[in-house]
Amino acid sequence: MARVLLRNLNKMFDGMHAVKDVNLEIRDKEFVVLVGPSGCGKTTTLRMVAGLESITSGDVLIGDTVVNNLPPMDRDIAMVFQNYALYPHMTVYDNMAFGLKMRKFERTEIGKRVQEAAEILGIQSLLKRKPRQLSGGQRQRVALGRAIVRHPRVFLFDEPLSNLDAKLRVQMRVELKKLHTRLSTTAIYVTHDQVEAMTLGDRVVVMRDGVVQQVGEPLELYNTPVNRFVAGFLGSPAMNFAVVRVSGEKDALRAYKPGFGIEVPPELAPRVAPYVERDVTIGIRPEDLHLANGSDAAGLCFDAVVEVVEKLGSEILLDLQVGDQTMVAAVEPTVQAKRGDKLRFGLRPDRLHFFDTASEAAI
Amino acid sequence: MIEGAKWRRWVFFYIPLGVFVFVLLFPFYWMMVTTVRPDSELYRPWMAPNYTPFWTLHPTLEHIKYLLGETLFSTWMWNTLLISIVATIISVFCGLLAGYALSRLHFPFAGSLGTGIFITYLVPQTLLFIPLADIIRNFSLGDTPWALILTYPTFLIPFCTWLLMGYFKAIPRELEECARIDGATRWKAMVYIVFPVAIPGILSAGIFAFTLSWNEFIYALVFLSSPAQKTVPVGVTSELIRGDVFFWGPLMAGALLGSIPVAIIYSFFVEHYVAGLTGAVKG
Repeated sequence: MARVLLRNLNKMFDGMHAVKDVNLEIRDKEFVVLVGPSGCGKTTTLRMVAGLESITSGDVLIGDTVVNNLPPMDRDIAMVFQNYALYPHMTVYDNMAFGLKMRKFERTEIGKRVQEAAEILGIQSLLKRKPRQLSGGQRQRVALGRAIVRHPRVFLFDEPLSNLDAKLRVQMRVELKKLHTRLSTTAIYVTHDQVEAMTLGDRVVVMRDGVVQQVGEPLELYNTPVNRFVAGFLGSPAMNFAVVRVSGEKDALRAYKPGFGIEVPPELAPRVAPYVERDVTIGIRPEDLHLANGSDAAGLCFDAVVEVVEKLGSEILLDLQVGDQTMVAAVEPTVQAKRGDKLRFGLRPDRLHFFDTASEAAI
Repeated sequence: MIEGAKWRRWVFFYIPLGVFVFVLLFPFYWMMVTTVRPDSELYRPWMAPNYTPFWTLHPTLEHIKYLLGETLFSTWMWNTLLISIVATIISVFCGLLAGYALSRLHFPFAGSLGTGIFITYLVPQTLLFIPLADIIRNFSLGDTPWALILTYPTFLIPFCTWLLMGYFKAIPRELEECARIDGATRWKAMVYIVFPVAIPGILSAGIFAFTLSWNEFIYALVFLSSPAQKTVPVGVTSELIRGDVFFWGPLMAGALLGSIPVAIIYSFFVEHYVAGLTGAVKG
């Protein structure tokens, strides 16, 4: 078992700076998810840990050893690829046994380990088949099995679920989580899917343009994003943003724009105060908007026109026109609303986010 | 398949296909008929009343007997087989390593090297045999099988390299990366994973290389002179055409027997080599 430490990790590709000064500690037995839009450097970071990509500068440590110059085979890691990368000319058994054979394990030990892994994954009946005779989900299991049999110090996952259909993806996500609990091996998981990141990760690392934006537990990132990018990336539907102007005195700050305006809640006032007579970006999550009732403070309510009603069953998404701005509200499935309705919405004062419009950092 | 009315299928599919098959197969038919036709029919003038060009009523094996008994045909077959097999093995081996290196390894001038290899393939043999003849003479290899075994790879290696390069590029990189993480060195990953997956490509490279060597004419004509050293294409045409006399029967028998090994190889590996050309690898 081992921790993984990335120190000032950099990667240049033909003049493009793909990974910039990444510092990250993945603790022993921890499941860390790297998440970000495509091209954010998450896969490159993972491949540098695997040894498949050379390191431009900085260090990768597995355990206490700097592995920068070790070939992949000597790093004691296992990797699961997006396209499974099963060896097409070998049976499932041979696919799983390959790594052990290369490492000169005894035949009986190989058999034992493969059986054990096949049992964990429920693929005992497939051992004699070739990869092309398997469904997507079964291939994914074999790819996982191939990683498990090795008992590596670190698991690396490169978007392992993105080739599966939606239903299977959810199912495999749960299984992965269970598997990690059972094996408790250090794992680094790369995905562009924020749901996977939130559900799987002990901690989540959000990356953009090769730079780590924020590291933290899923809910920490969700509730207190450090900048507008993290706030907008996590959560579905995404957070609503509006550029508003701050005005008023210290105790009675208002944030407004044509058609939309609220009073800044007193607990946020000290932080927003420096922005008087300047623009800030306000962020409101769709689920923090609700139809106004008598108990809402008048200063936190605003009017909106319903543009589109999306009934998802468990909730209803309302696409709203607020002044010149569109917003999405996630409301109870019992709400009766139709296109063109003019409704009054309230929001929770403790769930408001403010961002510096220029730097995008949270205020 | 072409959809729509029946006549469309005939006009756009069956008739063109029929014409194509006829044009391709007719020479073989002609070879067969001429092989078994007795001399008395072969040299019958075309205006004779019993002139039957497309079939014969008195089939005979005398031409084949003559070919096998009175000429060095079996020696030529053996020469051709030996030269083709050795040249193919050398070329596929070199092409395998070169193709892998050019498609997978990053090294300076990899791109221009690949183009360079391709360009050597474009130099026509009809020009290249002149300098090659000089080299063959300098090394005293003339009139030995080595003259061909060593010169055929000059056009076979570029061919195999390019065919296999394309094939390797179609194999997902992750297969190899996964093998290397699993504990294989680059060499082992190549031998245990990449090459087995590339077998259709390797087979088609081998078949093509074999066919090209088997049918090669110019180098064989120039570099070999004594009858006992000749290959089938050269032996048949030089020994069975004497002056301006064409011994049509043995000539055609030689052509027919000479094309049999290639036909057997093709039909045996047809599935593999179609897969090799269309380059389908599924992970």
